Amino acid sequence: MNMIETKKLRKVFGPIEAVKGVSFRVDKGEVLGFLGPNGAGKSTVMRMLTCFLTPTSGTALVGGHDILTDSLAARRMIGYVPESNPVYGDMSVVSFLRFIAEMRGFRGAEIERRVASAMDTCWLDSVRGQIIETLSKGFKRRVGLAQALLHDPEILILDEPTDGLDPNQKHEVRTLIRRMAPDKAIVISTHVLEEVEAACTRAIIIADGRILEDKTPAQLLARSRHHGAVRLTVVGGGLAGVERALTELRNVSHVETVDSTGVTAHLAVFPKPGNVISRDVIALAFEKKWKIQDIHVETGDLNEVFRDITTKEGVHS
Amino acid sequence: MSSIYFIFKRELKGYFSTPLAYVFIVIFLFLSGFMTFQMSDFFRAGQASLASFFAPHPWLYLILASAVAMRLWAEERDSGTIELLFTLPVTLTQALVAKFLAAWAILGISLALTFPVVLTVRYLGSPDYGVILAAYLGSFLMAGAYLAIGACMSALTKSQVVSFILTVVVCLLLILAGFPPVLDFFTGWAPAWLIEAVSSVSFYTHFDSIQRGVIVLPDLVFFLSLIVAPLYACGVILEMKKAQ
Repeated sequence: MNMIETKKLRKVFGPIEAVKGVSFRVDKGEVLGFLGPNGAGKSTVMRMLTCFLTPTSGTALVGGHDILTDSLAARRMIGYVPESNPVYGDMSVVSFLRFIAEMRGFRGAEIERRVASAMDTCWLDSVRGQIIETLSKGFKRRVGLAQALLHDPEILILDEPTDGLDPNQKHEVRTLIRRMAPDKAIVISTHVLEEVEAACTRAIIIADGRILEDKTPAQLLARSRHHGAVRLTVVGGGLAGVERALTELRNVSHVETVDSTGVTAHLAVFPKPGNVISRDVIALAFEKKWKIQDIHVETGDLNEVFRDITTKEGVHS
Repeated sequence: MSSIYFIFKRELKGYFSTPLAYVFIVIFLFLSGFMTFQMSDFFRAGQASLASFFAPHPWLYLILASAVAMRLWAEERDSGTIELLFTLPVTLTQALVAKFLAAWAILGISLALTFPVVLTVRYLGSPDYGVILAAYLGSFLMAGAYLAIGACMSALTKSQVVSFILTVVVCLLLILAGFPPVLDFFTGWAPAWLIEAVSSVSFYTHFDSIQRGVIVLPDLVFFLSLIVAPLYACGVILEMKKAQ
């Protein structure tokens, strides 16, 4: 089901055109990763979707509601965590969440039920009475998430949800996102690329206000130079022979020596486009009785793809 | 409607969750008492009237209303919570009105707590309660006008200090416009309508007649429009500046 549909969203700030006509769709069950260098327009797009900013031209449908003509209804569909995770620091966790529940239209016993369930989902029970200002960054993030999840929205928009968290907390947040994914449409922006692989079903790369790619993480990885390359670590001498033998394999385009100490050598074997070479390499290694310490197939390097896409198209002028 | 109430409640709690509201109320009560009994001729006048209590209010609000209003939007913009607020299902007008009303309530509470001064004149003589009530109403309306101007200035900047200073400057101009030295500056060369116009934008001129118990429509319209117009401007400014 189509939850978000943007139609040529454009936003101009004075002389700067921050977003230059962005169109995409997000369905229920999708986790869309918004990738892009700083200043690419990710946050601006999100702020337009959440009705904080009015687009200069174009519009978007959020849960079927037009953000220009029916902004309150659109906002009711969305749970949003803005970029710097602003929360009312002078309130306690529980009274802040109660305020959000009231603003979200809940009344009476339902308020307490919603607050309790949001605190439970975001592991906040231990700090319920604490003033938000005094909490650690990780807990503040969770308060921000709890605020966004409180009304069990069908659409979640999270602007850099794991920014500034430690690895454990990042893992928690990603687990949470994956857990909620099946019955929501989720948009997250990030410049942590591992996050895209860990949590997203689709990725949009945006730079200089334009969408450059709209693919699944696997498709993006396939664009990597390293995609499908076989890496192996060989122990023992005769390195030149190993390299030559590998190069002579039918589907191999070339072999690179990544690192060599004389005793062990790390090699990267690149296939000719569209070929799978892992079986051939392994068979060859058995045949020649090489001492293989490690062998694996590379899925690709998203960082490299990202750099490739966002710099090649002349966006970094 | 209910959104206004919930934001109002949150704001009011916010004032009282820090010492700000208490400090403000204490200073207000202390200063108004001091100005009434020490700096003017409350006792020597020999009249059962609160004229000397109300007369300094334009000056009192100049500092204190500016202090209450300075955080209204500057703080929201500085901390980014404005983004949280305006992505909740609430309209700009609702948020604007709710926050203004909360600040106004603080001044209302402070004003209500000056009731001992009424008891004092009642003990000393037999005052005209109608005049006192009218003066309280006028003072409260004037406080609202200061706050609305303060809210507008507060939307202009992320710094509460800048917001405070801007509010004081604008309100000071509005007080001074009705003062004889300022008007004297115009007499002699300016046409009568200009002098009239200058003095009619002054808080002083309008408050003066209300505190003497004369409630006329022009004064009410003056204060109400000084509440509505700055709040409207505040909305326009917020719409323009909220993303910065």
